[in-house]
Amino acid sequence: MRAVRHIALNVFRESIRDRVPYNLVLFAVLLIGSSFLLAQLTAGQDVKIIKDLSLAAASIFGLFIAIFIGIGLVSKEVERRSIYSLLAKPISRPQFIAGKYAGLVLTLAVNVAVMTVAMYAVLGYLTWIESPDFKASWEAPGPDPALLKAMFLIFIELMLVTALALFFSTFSSPLLSAALTFGLYVAGNFNTELRNFEHVVDSPAAAWGARVLYHVLPDLSAFDVKTQVVHGFPVAAGYLWSTAAYGAAYIAALLLAAMYIFSRRDFK
Amino acid sequence: MFPAILIEDLTKDYPVGFWRRRHYRALDRLSLSIEAGEVFGFLGPNGAGKTTTLKLLMQLIFPTSGRAEILGRPIGHVDARRRIGYLPENPYFYDYLTAEELLTYFAQLLDVPTAARRKRVAGLLDRVGIGRERRFQLRKFSKGMIQRVGIAQALLNEPDVLFLDEPMSGLDPLGRRDVRSLILELRDQGRTVFFSSHILADAEALCGRVAVVAGGRLAAEGRLSELAEFTARGWELVVANLAPEALERLRPLATRVTEIGTGRYTLELPLTQAPERIIPEIASTGATVVSMNPVRETLEDFFIQRITEAGTGARGAMAEGEHARR
Repeated sequence: MRAVRHIALNVFRESIRDRVPYNLVLFAVLLIGSSFLLAQLTAGQDVKIIKDLSLAAASIFGLFIAIFIGIGLVSKEVERRSIYSLLAKPISRPQFIAGKYAGLVLTLAVNVAVMTVAMYAVLGYLTWIESPDFKASWEAPGPDPALLKAMFLIFIELMLVTALALFFSTFSSPLLSAALTFGLYVAGNFNTELRNFEHVVDSPAAAWGARVLYHVLPDLSAFDVKTQVVHGFPVAAGYLWSTAAYGAAYIAALLLAAMYIFSRRDFK
Repeated sequence: MFPAILIEDLTKDYPVGFWRRRHYRALDRLSLSIEAGEVFGFLGPNGAGKTTTLKLLMQLIFPTSGRAEILGRPIGHVDARRRIGYLPENPYFYDYLTAEELLTYFAQLLDVPTAARRKRVAGLLDRVGIGRERRFQLRKFSKGMIQRVGIAQALLNEPDVLFLDEPMSGLDPLGRRDVRSLILELRDQGRTVFFSSHILADAEALCGRVAVVAGGRLAAEGRLSELAEFTARGWELVVANLAPEALERLRPLATRVTEIGTGRYTLELPLTQAPERIIPEIASTGATVVSMNPVRETLEDFFIQRITEAGTGARGAMAEGEHARR
């Protein structure tokens, strides 16, 4: 466990020194700038738009980090041969994979946490400057605690995307890993369409194929509760935890597969 | 008592081609036994199978067949890894870390106690000659400095067995001297050193025994002085103040005479011409013997001869490997 922790902290240090936090500054500037602009242009919709924008930005910035750092976690070590000295130490290959994954999840956690704080700060400010009459027209309070539910599921989704990127990078090139991860991210977001596929095709084979794909591909649309939260609709705790459990199971399967493949790989 | 390193019939094939059905044999049934406390030279030209062997021992690649043990444990066993050090060929480390941070990180992975860690890291960086630069990020290091950091990281756990893949690579003459003295120091401490090189002089200066590989196969093994291929085949004398008439008298005894300056010559003598008989004769002409060295076959000569004789170069091994798989 200690080896996993040391590897994870080293990944975190690498992301800090590779200037990953710059995206947080960009996020904050984008959020604050747009909030002031939108406050001038829209009537009563500004808080809703800020919430939409914040959650979407957290998701997209996180996606970039998850894919672009995730695919490099293993392949960069192998290409540059820094893995040679590392694997000669008393650590196993599964520990190496677990450490790399934990390190990137830590980076993502810090990112999502900072973005959440920035979002609440901007929403708090808007709530403070608006009149009580105006606030009465909002569907949900400005700094709504329910937003944390959306952020939580965004974080689990990013963890899953990171596991996908790491899995692909254990056996394919960085470019192919990025393409496959992004492809699965897009497919995963439209996964529910596959469930209804059998109602629109006549071919039983195609319907069967779509059903298999529906069960194999990650259902990323399940992690998207942004609309409900922004419009003040309830998100049940049961749904939150069952979706998180689904994400955890998928992540565990991907990591185990990554460890299995990586443990058998030759570093020529 | 088990040997420090035991290698039995170790073989490595790489699949090649689009369908990966053909095989390239990088190492062919290598067997070696290295006792504790030995400095063992693993010699061979580029592509001979040296790095493949070291990668197999480090489990960076897996053998097609055969087995190996380090300190009585199968390769890859965590207990064995705690007691070994490894310097890869042309090492590369994390650009964003300083030399100090890298060694601290590796020391953590090796479970070096916190109290000893800082002292050991500082001591090793001193030992390999990394001074103020230890606080610079490794992206600013030259190849030679990276090599020194690589040697330091291999010594972090005070290993019983040290594997060095081309340790002199990228080092300047001072660095090479430092590494030689370090290896001898480790030998005096009773540690086993297994190092690969294609430079015979390094092996001559350091090794008790050597193994020579060519085309993935063991070509020779033993003490360098005992290997028939490397026994002296003559003598080379550098003589100064040699008068022309004296030179003419000595010329029939020599296989080759080369003028290197006024009155200064290199005389190559066959092994049958005993130096103790020739030297007084030279001295009696008023000339001075500046130096005398045995002439040995170089490693390059050896390989060219072996590869030509047996047709077992790297390409030869590939062809044979492919043939074996068909």
